[in-house]
Amino acid sequence: MVKKSAERIYLTLIFLFLYLPIAVLIVLSFNNSKSRVYWGGFTLKWYQKMITSPTIMKAFGTTIIISLASALIATLLGTLAALGINAMKKRNQTIMLGATNIPMLNADIVTGISMMLLFVRFTRLGMGTVLIAHITFNIPYVILNVLPKLRQTSKYTYEAALDLGATPLYAFFKITWPQLRPGVLSGFLMAMTMSLDDFSITYFTKGAGINTLSTMIYTNMRKGINPEMYALSTILFMAALILLLLMNFGPSAKREKASK
Amino acid sequence: MSKKLIDLQHITKSYDGHTILDDLNLYIRENEFLTLLGPSGCGKTTTLRLIGGFESPDNGKIIFDGKNITNLAPNERQLNTVFQRYALFPHMTIAENIAFGLKIKKKSKDYINDKIKYALKLVNLDGFEKRSIDSLSGGQQQRIAIARAIVNEPKVLLLDEPLGALDLKLRQDMQYELIRLKNELGITFIYVTHDQEEALTMSDTIVVMNQGYIQQIGTPEDIYNEPCNAFVADFIGESNIIDGIMLEDKLVKILNVTFPCVDEGFGTNTPVDVVIRPEDVELVAPEQGLLSGEVTSLIFKGVHWEIVVLAGGYEWLVHTTQMHPVGSKVGIRVDPFNIQIMNKPESSDEKAVELDA
Repeated sequence: MVKKSAERIYLTLIFLFLYLPIAVLIVLSFNNSKSRVYWGGFTLKWYQKMITSPTIMKAFGTTIIISLASALIATLLGTLAALGINAMKKRNQTIMLGATNIPMLNADIVTGISMMLLFVRFTRLGMGTVLIAHITFNIPYVILNVLPKLRQTSKYTYEAALDLGATPLYAFFKITWPQLRPGVLSGFLMAMTMSLDDFSITYFTKGAGINTLSTMIYTNMRKGINPEMYALSTILFMAALILLLLMNFGPSAKREKASK
Repeated sequence: MSKKLIDLQHITKSYDGHTILDDLNLYIRENEFLTLLGPSGCGKTTTLRLIGGFESPDNGKIIFDGKNITNLAPNERQLNTVFQRYALFPHMTIAENIAFGLKIKKKSKDYINDKIKYALKLVNLDGFEKRSIDSLSGGQQQRIAIARAIVNEPKVLLLDEPLGALDLKLRQDMQYELIRLKNELGITFIYVTHDQEEALTMSDTIVVMNQGYIQQIGTPEDIYNEPCNAFVADFIGESNIIDGIMLEDKLVKILNVTFPCVDEGFGTNTPVDVVIRPEDVELVAPEQGLLSGEVTSLIFKGVHWEIVVLAGGYEWLVHTTQMHPVGSKVGIRVDPFNIQIMNKPESSDEKAVELDA
């Protein structure tokens, strides 16, 4: 009995530490007072202000474009890379995986600065450079999601399809692709999350005039904290939460459950 | 005898400079159950993949029913394969798996449904249409793989160690099942295995391969009773392989003792390999045997005792139903009919056998 309640208390504490700050943020985003301490009644005005603010809306648009486009392109490149890596010999696979994982393990700030240095040598910083940077750090997440699926997919199923009369293209789309799809999809969602999330790399590669939500929040915070930012942060958190739920209960999770 | 259905002519195949098959010639007759038997790396699976179209030979021709199919893609060949790891499509139901080939051939829905029913009945899995692949045991998956292949009515069914992943009891059941299927369907089976017992049980013809060369082609009885060289004798069952000298027709000297035998035509005083199967060695009282020696090891195998007798400087492997305790003196006798004489290896490919054995 004591053990049981100790477990409960411990678990509650962990969740409090994890989620209390976010809960406070969400509550404050509905607070009808600029104070961070007093509750001035419920309001949606910060959300309204946020929606009508051209700066925020522009940053929001940029964020959506960057994260969608970079996730899409990274998914395509990452899936192709995974197909290639899977066909390599064991030793080359290890080397290749090590190389592609570097952007993921490297400190964001280092990646950011080194990319900035490279970009300014050849071109002007802007939307394009942010996109390239995001694609770069998204690719390893896609590879890491697709490769295990590829390894589970025996090459014999593809050969069996050929054997039963399928053309190579038909065999790929009917047999190989359905087995890969959950991995590709979760790779895409994870890339999207990472891209939405990123601050450091974006900050260094964006140049003047371009802002994603995270860099915009940072710039605004320096001028003093504004309750619109609470509203915006709440929405960002909800977006990440929804993506996470999709990843865990989406198509790939459903299949695994069905197979049990 | 029925006509040749598949004819492999002068097939050579190598990977990364490693020769897998060297000038292989082999034909398969209609309705034959032919087994390619050999240790891993002997080229048997490569041969099967060449016939299936998953590999193409560096040299040589594959003739199928009178037509050259050497460069035909797998999906254009009239044969189907049962893969080692079943290779069922995990995202499809059993019915969808079986229907895969028929759908590509644009068969009608009724036809496909009838075929699925028929195939499932054939492999004793009626009513499994809607089940998922994961819910099946290994043996059931294997049967579905067979069902999926045979609904396409191939002229030839290729089987790549299909029973390799199953446990012993299931494997034996499936062997009978396969023989029954072959008889019911009347199609040609080409079967690859490294399991000699499997090969002996099911085949009409066994092709023993080693290091890319065919060692011997024959019926199971031929291969077992009259192996043509030491490799085949050793690979097919256990055997005593002893150096001997063929003194003259029907007389061979082994371990300095002259044994009567039934083989002829080896010349006089020719060095030969002599094969004597463990079950053909008779243990008698010491003074009654041609050789006498001492039992050095005794193992109970269920059906028989496995005994090692040291006699004449050679450790004889003996299978017998009579127990002889370790240390007891016994005599060895062999019926002349059970002594198999083989030429010593001469050609280079047969020498490869020596090195391997």
